[in-house]
Amino acid sequence: MNAIPMSVTVNGEAHALTVPPHETLIECLRDRLGLLGVKKSCDVQVCGACTVLVDDRPVSACTVLAFEARGKHVRTIEGLAHGDDLHPVQEAFVEHGALQCGFCTPGMIMATVALLAENPSPTADEVKHYMRGNICRCTGYKRIVEAILAASERLATGPRTTDGG
Amino acid sequence: MAVDRLTVVGRSVPRLDAHDKVTGAARYVSDFILPGMAHAKLWRSPVPHARLLAVDGARAAAAPGVLAVCTADDLPVKRLAYGPAYKDQPILAREVVRYAGEPVVAVVADTPARADAALALIDVRYEELPAATNAEEAQAPGAPVIHTTLDRAGHFRDLDGLRPVAGTNVCQHYRYERGDLARAVAEADLVVDDVYRYPALSHHALEPHCAVARVDADGITVWSGTQHPFPVRKDLAEIFDVPLAHVQVVVPLIGGAFGGKCYTKIEPLAAALAARVRRPVRLALTLEESARTITRHSVVVRLRTAVRRDGTLLARECDVVLDTGAYADIGPRVATKAGSRAPGPYRIPCLRIDARCVYTNNVPAGAYRGYGVPQVTWASESQIDVIAERLGIDPFTLRERNLLKRGEEYVAGDTPLDGDMADGLGQAARAIGWGAPLTRNRGRGLACAMKDGGGTHAVSTAVVHINADGSVILLSGSVEVGQGARTALAQIAAETLGVPFEAVVVPAPDTSLTPYDHGTSASRSTTVMGLAVAAAAKDAREQLLALAAKLLDAPPSALTIREGKIAHGNRTLTLAEVISGHFGLVGGEVTGVGTFVPGEWSGSLGGATVFWETGMGAAEVEVDRETGEVHVRKYVSAADVGQAINPRECAAQDEGAAMQGIGPALFEARVGERGQLLNPGLIDYRVPTFADLPEALDSLLIENADGPGPFGAKGVGESGTFCAAPAIGNAVARAVGVRLTELPMTPERVWHALVSKGASP
Ligand code: FES
Ligand code: FES
Repeated sequence: MNAIPMSVTVNGEAHALTVPPHETLIECLRDRLGLLGVKKSCDVQVCGACTVLVDDRPVSACTVLAFEARGKHVRTIEGLAHGDDLHPVQEAFVEHGALQCGFCTPGMIMATVALLAENPSPTADEVKHYMRGNICRCTGYKRIVEAILAASERLATGPRTTDGG
Repeated sequence: MAVDRLTVVGRSVPRLDAHDKVTGAARYVSDFILPGMAHAKLWRSPVPHARLLAVDGARAAAAPGVLAVCTADDLPVKRLAYGPAYKDQPILAREVVRYAGEPVVAVVADTPARADAALALIDVRYEELPAATNAEEAQAPGAPVIHTTLDRAGHFRDLDGLRPVAGTNVCQHYRYERGDLARAVAEADLVVDDVYRYPALSHHALEPHCAVARVDADGITVWSGTQHPFPVRKDLAEIFDVPLAHVQVVVPLIGGAFGGKCYTKIEPLAAALAARVRRPVRLALTLEESARTITRHSVVVRLRTAVRRDGTLLARECDVVLDTGAYADIGPRVATKAGSRAPGPYRIPCLRIDARCVYTNNVPAGAYRGYGVPQVTWASESQIDVIAERLGIDPFTLRERNLLKRGEEYVAGDTPLDGDMADGLGQAARAIGWGAPLTRNRGRGLACAMKDGGGTHAVSTAVVHINADGSVILLSGSVEVGQGARTALAQIAAETLGVPFEAVVVPAPDTSLTPYDHGTSASRSTTVMGLAVAAAAKDAREQLLALAAKLLDAPPSALTIREGKIAHGNRTLTLAEVISGHFGLVGGEVTGVGTFVPGEWSGSLGGATVFWETGMGAAEVEVDRETGEVHVRKYVSAADVGQAINPRECAAQDEGAAMQGIGPALFEARVGERGQLLNPGLIDYRVPTFADLPEALDSLLIENADGPGPFGAKGVGESGTFCAAPAIGNAVARAVGVRLTELPMTPERVWHALVSKGASP
């Protein structure tokens, strides 16, 4: 099998990589680039723990091939905060207690960033509908919905400094 | 210390791990990378019961990148079997496999993909044996006896008294009897007799089991997401026949556990493989493999209850059968607890309880949030409503009349009830709008339950170091599974010491550095470890005050510590000034030690209950008569936490637990056929999603500072799972008049029940 040369931008940094055709995006991000915030759980595109953004759209990195991100911009949880300044979604998750074990959290937060880019002021029902592909086994979801609604308000009213995508 | 004077405890401070968890910096075992690390994959039995004839691993061994292909006989161990109750579970199957999915051969290779690829080259010959794939089959005459000899583990005091039934598959038979059953039944105005069923469940913590092991001249080091680092260390020491000091178990953050990571699981195999290939080995299971490692017991409960016309409970006969799978794990203790809690939190003069833990050729069943209480509560609280309906008494009134009161004993000699359950149930009932009018097809239901919390004869020790700059290191063996243990314990230490919360750091448990702790289970960390932490902090505080007294030339009793400063009148010293003042240099530290040793050997469970974890639940449902679908519109969970150390995290634990109760009430279940698990992964095993969140999900924290823990705290985290299923079932019955006795209450089951009832509104 021939390795595929590719260029990809990950969290704003350009990479020139050579990947085997069967390498998944999660393998590429975790094992090649050391982005261990991308979490693997179900490995079959059900739980959303591995959610990252490819050109601002949420994808399950466990079931996307690395070379499919060729020429694109990938954003992971590591690329969200600006130095010590958390992204408003991250802040809301902390303030609202929207995490326990935290294993679902990176994927949850990335899916939220995508949701709020598409729909800046969702209703609770729209949040539940959009986020149904992200599973959390710990929190019972209530505080995650609250955090997402709070983040949406914060993004609408606050200075939009960090959600550039 | 008066509660209104508290400055750190009782406040919803941000979790210590929150920042790392939202930035992706949090590290779990599955993120561990060691230089030269190799990867293991397992060949698992495709059949539930078989004699192993031959394993041919030659082709796999020759495959690219493969370092070793190991069967049980290739493992460099002194003993093959382990287990917390019986040493009945081999690290890899030898001679016989007892469940479909049991690991038989391990392949170690330089990459996970190469190890995986080599599995297909392994050839195992076996001869199938008759299998018992549920507890009924396993108890039938002529059933295959799955273990012919049982070797007691000897790890835990309460498990010394296990009563297996020789020559059968019953590995524990718990019995309890009081009062004259025949007389009570003769005196009763009503006797209700029902059978309830609760299916096996998968924990599905999002992080599957993972262990990384290294074996070198210094000994064995295992990084694992275990809830029991010290018991795992003991197992490893026995398996490899080395002193405890040569085994180190380190537990980073854990991506959820819910009991599924209790006791020893894959750690011995990872260590044995590392010893074999002389390289660090990572054994990371898939989520499906985790579901083939451990389950929640499926339980059948037969309940016969005798009651007087006025609703007074006279007698309860409970027959509880648990399918514990092919290896006992902690099943015998789950059976004991399920049996002992089956009657419910009521004053019942006459009891007869039989609980049997039965080996079958299924995946082993063990601990799962609530230790058998959710299963028996499904039965006992459903039946309370059946009784209420038959007698025409309001279900709340019936419960209130029979609930144990504060100070009453559940079982003679055990700790009396330390809370007011009727009050808690009343709060839940009011919050759900009990008694208010409802629209058609809606109904409300209640349930309540209790469980002995804090663990059975479980010791905890903590150490507090105050560094020369006044910062604090808290060493505690409580693992962080997401419950917020590190944060709560840091709050207890900060409050007791009189330092700001931010001054305290809580490193990951490491059995070579952290003092002994029994484990993180049974909602015990805040209460039991909390007491050890408070004692350690008090010890350190007293030492500091003694040092400061000399420097300030005042008696220690005249000094105060607040916000990290020691004051006498208007003179103050920082902790750093006290420590360097005493040692005369910038170094030095003050170290406090605290230990909790549980009370006397007594009570029905072989140890005094530390505290009673009580849960009260109230549900409002709407039933779609066309489809049988049950919608939970509102759910209220009440938890008696004594004193919330961190109210936000307490409520969050309780909400999460309630959702873990709602899942099995409505749709969660493992589906098996002839010993094959048909839904191992998340594609077919449905867990609650955002879509299942009720319109209102509320947690009420009951705080009377009446717990035995620090500042009056009691444990929390399991009780939310107790009541959801029966409260929802009771609400369905009140909404549309059909009662289900088997979980989950799927649309099909509800629809069939409606149809067979005639479906008239
Ligand atoms: S790990 Fe990718 S969706 Fe579950
Ligand atoms: S916080 Fe544990 S899975 Fe969501």
